[in-house]
Amino acid sequence: MSENTGTMPYISFLHAESKHKGIFKWILSTDHKRIGIMYMMGMLGFLLVGITFGFLMKLEMLTPGKTLMDAQTYNALFTLHGVIMIFLFIIPGLSAVFGNFMLPIQIGARDVAFPRLNLLSWWLYVIGGILAISSLFLQGGPIDTGWTFYVPYSLRTGTNVSLPLFAAFILGFSSILTGINFVTTVHRLRAPGMDFFKMPLFVWAVYSTAWIQVIATPVIGITIILVIVERIFSLGIFDPALGGDPLLFQHLFWIYSHPAVYIMILPAMGAVSEIIPTFAKRTIFGYKAIAYSSLAIAFIGYFVWAHHMFTSGISDTSRFIFSLLTFLVAIPSGVKVFNWVATLYKGSITPGVPLLFVMMFIFLFSIGGLTGLVLGSLATDVHLTDTYFVVAHFHYVMFGGTVMIFFASLHYWLPKMFGRMYNEKVARWSVGLIFVGFNMLYFTMFILGYEGQPRRYWDYLPQFQTLHVISTVGSWILISGILLMIGNLHRGMKRGPLAGNNPWGGKTLEWTIPSPPPVHNFDEIPVITHGPYNYGDEEVK
Amino acid sequence: MFGQATKYAESVDSVMLLIVGISVFFLLGVTAAMIYFVIRYNKKRNPKASQIEGNTKLEIAWIVIPTALVLVMFYYGYAVFHESRVVPKGAMTVKVIARMWAWEFDYNNGKKSGELYIPVNRAIKLELNSMDVNHSLYIPAFRIKEDVIYGRENYMVIQPDKIGTYVIACAEYCGLNHSHMYSKLHVLSKKDFEKWISDN
Ligand code: HEM
Ligand SMILES: [Cu+2]
Ligand SMILES: [Cu+2]
Repeated sequence: MSENTGTMPYISFLHAESKHKGIFKWILSTDHKRIGIMYMMGMLGFLLVGITFGFLMKLEMLTPGKTLMDAQTYNALFTLHGVIMIFLFIIPGLSAVFGNFMLPIQIGARDVAFPRLNLLSWWLYVIGGILAISSLFLQGGPIDTGWTFYVPYSLRTGTNVSLPLFAAFILGFSSILTGINFVTTVHRLRAPGMDFFKMPLFVWAVYSTAWIQVIATPVIGITIILVIVERIFSLGIFDPALGGDPLLFQHLFWIYSHPAVYIMILPAMGAVSEIIPTFAKRTIFGYKAIAYSSLAIAFIGYFVWAHHMFTSGISDTSRFIFSLLTFLVAIPSGVKVFNWVATLYKGSITPGVPLLFVMMFIFLFSIGGLTGLVLGSLATDVHLTDTYFVVAHFHYVMFGGTVMIFFASLHYWLPKMFGRMYNEKVARWSVGLIFVGFNMLYFTMFILGYEGQPRRYWDYLPQFQTLHVISTVGSWILISGILLMIGNLHRGMKRGPLAGNNPWGGKTLEWTIPSPPPVHNFDEIPVITHGPYNYGDEEVK
Repeated sequence: MFGQATKYAESVDSVMLLIVGISVFFLLGVTAAMIYFVIRYNKKRNPKASQIEGNTKLEIAWIVIPTALVLVMFYYGYAVFHESRVVPKGAMTVKVIARMWAWEFDYNNGKKSGELYIPVNRAIKLELNSMDVNHSLYIPAFRIKEDVIYGRENYMVIQPDKIGTYVIACAEYCGLNHSHMYSKLHVLSKKDFEKWISDN
């Protein structure tokens, strides 16, 4: 296997020249690494906007009644918060950033299968983002439907619904094209000798996700177009006043949006399966179980959508079936958690910051998953759906799950992407603040929900105030932690100490090339002879 | 704190306890094992990792046992929920009309009210109708809700067994004043209810 050693001069992808000048070197680049970093910048920007909206919502919740904004503003805020977090941050998610940057390298390729299509996906992402943001400034005011756009309200409201919906449509195309690209890349560009079961688990996860993106996303595209058409031409598809069916919308919406939950979480699970072996210096426990459970989740995940509709008036038979299937889809996630913990067993562990984030993830994601069982069970769901219990549940899963691993991955792969290291001590502080703030902010919401506080409420009954105040203070701690973390990463990326090619002693292919990687990743395509986590080999030799 | 007002609510709480109990057990187990391993197999204590690739028996165990447990949870959740869907003979019917942003309750004798009055110890079937967008009739103390959807009539059954006044909220987002779409449920003694209903 040929290795570029750090001493040999080379041009890193960060500094490579092209026929373009200035910023065009980036925004017209087809290099998968640059595209990954551009997604990262866009997504972090939107994350900060979304967090700002969350912060404002929690401020409003400090007191019952009006604290600083009126109801209409609050309704717009949770809608925008949801739309931004879902469509502009967490659906592109780890696939767009680390899938783009690492997947080709991890399978020993020089780029994705269709580099120009990849750039187009990024541009569609940007255009979708611009459309969504510009809808805020149009007459009529920002959309106030909630991120779920339920009809008939989304047909009746006078706010700007069509433009943000169209933005989501465009973003959907970005997602589909990325999916096609990754599926093809994995099938066609694996290095010689890398059969499917020698692929890193992150590749498995991004690959499974890519299939969901390709198969499920068209459904939301169609649904969105139907809503826009209904708003403009009053065809009578969803609007009962015209003979349409509002539940049809809910079915179509969740046929995409439930699998989308796995688009959000699977790549994060893949990253966990990378970080744990690296920091435990041992092979992953249950490689095949983890790989197959990704596929199982991707597959069963298509058949549980109606658990979002247990109180909508669907037949009792469907409630029975969808509740049962929902319980079954929990199993593969459980299998993954057990295998990850088992991978720590008899390891030789360095608890670096990425691993601390992973530990936090396992704790928070388990709470999110286990409270998912509460919501999958009919008797309890009927009480808790559309309350703060659900708000707590999905923040534990999406934020405690995906976003924590997004943070873990930023720390894990920063030295590879930029060749420099963050400050360890500051990073540990940010982990602590995030953990404490997160649980104050969201655990209280489980209790609020069980006590009967519905979600999407601008005002609330006075008896809920204490819990809301604790939760709001939690949001301040959490946000300070996140800002500290971003500051630290930014500083590390610009001025941190040089990290070397393989600061963690990782085994997957990205650690065999220089940091930051050269433009074409590999001088010579490696030939693969062993699995991805062969930590035992040194001893054998 | 979690005031429960009916036998049904107690059953829901016991399903909750069952699921939370099993969950806490798993959560603590996983977390404790994780923290223990990170300390016990720290690089200093354990400089050389053992390369364990997996264990088929364990994989089977942690597929089969959780599957059995979730099936139990599913069963109890369904069984309790099912009670709330059966309309008992002799149930009294009240028609519920939701509109942005108020509730109206229509009785068989033509009486209309902005708050729901019902007699204790009698099953009530609520027929849910919306005049505009989706709403959801939610009675937290009864642990029950059902969406109220324009163009279709959903139903909900409640079996009050304690006299008292309870909160009714709207749980499905319905626009500007969604958070003010509250009403009250008054469970009266049989006598008081007769008086109320005949008092036009
Ligand atoms: C500091 C960070 C955050 C804060 C303070 C926060 C706060 C909140 C609050 C208070 C609500 C509920 C509002 C209501 O129902 O009245 C909410 C809803 C929501 N949040 Fe967050 N959140 C944060 C981060 C995130 C992240 C990282 C994600 C996703 C990755 C996310 C996704 C959502 C979604 C999808 C909703 C539902 C919106 C809707 O009801 O339409 N949030 N958030
Ligand atoms: Cu779902
Ligand atoms: Cu409402």
